[in-house]
Amino acid sequence: MNLCQTMEETLIDEAENNGRDGEVAPALIAVHPLEKFVAVAIGSELRVFDLERGFGTNLLDDSGASQHSDSIRTIGFSASGKLFASAGDDKLVKVWSTDSWQCIHKVFSEKRVSAAAISCDDHFVSFADKFGIVWIVSLKENERSDKGTQILAHYCSIITSLEFSPDGKFILSADRDFKIRVTVFPKKPLSGAHEIQSYCLGHTEFVSCVSFIGTSEYPQGFLLSGGGDSTVRLWDFTSGTLLDTCEVGAQAGILGSNGDEGPCCHAVTDICASPDGSLVAVAIQRQVSNLHGVMLLTCDLSSRRLSVSKVVTMQETFIPSSLGMSVSGENLWMVSGASNLPGSVSSALARVKVISRLKQMPDSSELEPAVLEDNEVPGGTKLLETLQGSASIAQEEETLAAAAEAVKTAMRNLLIKRQYSVEKRELRKKSRNDRKLKQ
Amino acid sequence: MSQNPKPSSSSSSKSKSSGLPRKRFYRARAHSNPLSDSHFPVPINPSLFNLSQHYPHFFPDRSNAPKRIEFADIGCGFGGLLVTLSPIFPDTLMIGMEIRDKVASYVDERIRALRTPLGDYHNISVVRTNSMKYLPNYFEKAQLSKMFFLFPDPHFKEKNRRRRVISESLLDEYAYVMKVGGLVYAVTDVEELGEWIRGCLERHCLFQRVGDEEAAGDPVAKVLESATEEGKKVLRNGGQTFRCVYRRIAA
Repeated sequence: MNLCQTMEETLIDEAENNGRDGEVAPALIAVHPLEKFVAVAIGSELRVFDLERGFGTNLLDDSGASQHSDSIRTIGFSASGKLFASAGDDKLVKVWSTDSWQCIHKVFSEKRVSAAAISCDDHFVSFADKFGIVWIVSLKENERSDKGTQILAHYCSIITSLEFSPDGKFILSADRDFKIRVTVFPKKPLSGAHEIQSYCLGHTEFVSCVSFIGTSEYPQGFLLSGGGDSTVRLWDFTSGTLLDTCEVGAQAGILGSNGDEGPCCHAVTDICASPDGSLVAVAIQRQVSNLHGVMLLTCDLSSRRLSVSKVVTMQETFIPSSLGMSVSGENLWMVSGASNLPGSVSSALARVKVISRLKQMPDSSELEPAVLEDNEVPGGTKLLETLQGSASIAQEEETLAAAAEAVKTAMRNLLIKRQYSVEKRELRKKSRNDRKLKQ
Repeated sequence: MSQNPKPSSSSSSKSKSSGLPRKRFYRARAHSNPLSDSHFPVPINPSLFNLSQHYPHFFPDRSNAPKRIEFADIGCGFGGLLVTLSPIFPDTLMIGMEIRDKVASYVDERIRALRTPLGDYHNISVVRTNSMKYLPNYFEKAQLSKMFFLFPDPHFKEKNRRRRVISESLLDEYAYVMKVGGLVYAVTDVEELGEWIRGCLERHCLFQRVGDEEAAGDPVAKVLESATEEGKKVLRNGGQTFRCVYRRIAA
């Protein structure tokens, strides 16, 4: 009996340990709308580089030395560029002023935070927790609170992405249950956002990222989403209509030469649309294919079509985990890396790269993007030193490869529903507390 | 239910005389955790929800007739309400949603056995799903005119409140699938839960209470307490029931 129980316990422990291995946080990047700052989050560390003045910025928080005490899961500038939000596993949401880089407001969450966004008017910060609940806090001087007010909830599904529509009318939340919910953002958000405008349903796996795309002709804009089903989809988000689907996974297989990879193994991790709405950069978590780098899609909004334009290849181990672009759309910023690498000397690793010349020249029909060398990157080696922690990371190929691998497993564990064998399920049932009492 | 309750030696799960399924072959736990990950197929979006399979009588040539489901019984249990409502609204498509696999297959068998070639009981069907998670996968915006929540699990513990089928955040989803003017009916025999449901609906900006007089004149409201198995049990034991009827209003 005893022996049997210990065996059960080890089996269950094993299953749970596997889950804990996944506590690797992928590196994140955010670019100021006017390209004044570039921020990188790696593990619990937040690094900001001031591109105008050409040096790394110190972040000031009155409460203590460290900015965050656990992995940061989400960072982002507000649309105006005046504010910056960071949040993550330490259950803290911090809002920073980009003038002084001082933490102007701190919100305590009951659960870990998976996504956050600042409203278009800079008046509210909204964040989603691990239970799928979206909270809101006013940033107006006299209304500030250190606890959030619940505005909406996805029923027990981790929210992967939270965004305000560019016109500020809607708040969008994407989850790991294939859903994108478009909710009317009310005039008085503190009393809840109850009116659902639409659901964008079409992804067959988790949705990992959403991004808006619009032009002066289409001021309302469209929505792009990417997910675990290795597709990028274009939506009319006010009606929830799917306009086009681009099978980037399959395309990557074709473009990335000898296609010996299994099906459906390229999760889209991030997408970033150029402000003129013509170009979409897609970061793909490759499994076994030969795609290194990012895929560029062209988006024709008048015919509502997405098509693969180019794969910008980079060195073998660079698999971007996060993308960023300013409103000029000149440069695409990418970061690859992860924190808490198991079995690695350096605990955290981030590698920053930039693709330039993304704008189509009027005289040329071909798009000729170029991956910048380390010394050509805006801000130069100083920027790399700040954001990567060292300028010479390029040598650590193996560690980068390990980081890419770790990020992949982390994503899988977070977003793909765990499947248990029948035996394991039975074992778990046996360890239920109510059953134990009976024995 | 079956007219011949004597245990029979045959292995058939259906009663010989009535052809109806017998409950003892569909024993299930009383509760199922709605928070746990689901491992059953769910339509990706409402247009992929195959109605002709559920209502073959209404979709004879498998064509996609413009007919849509209008009533949803959330947590339909053994299907008592569906069976009662079917003859009252013979042209309205209704669906029961049940999370317990065995119970859903019981209701399915029950409906199949009740269906006659003349068209009785062809307007009701059941689907095994977690309606708290996947409602928008089954229904379009403003599709339903009635939603029923009869005798839902009370979940008394503070910790388990979020498993309750009516909560302020879930009401957002219910309001989304309901048309303006549609009605939500909720009945419970647990006073504490009754107050909770009333409170949630009262606070929600998209629902308005239907007065007692109006509710008394509603043919549907009358049958609610007596239609389901739970309801019959409560009536038998002389218990009290608490009923809420709310109307979906425009924002």
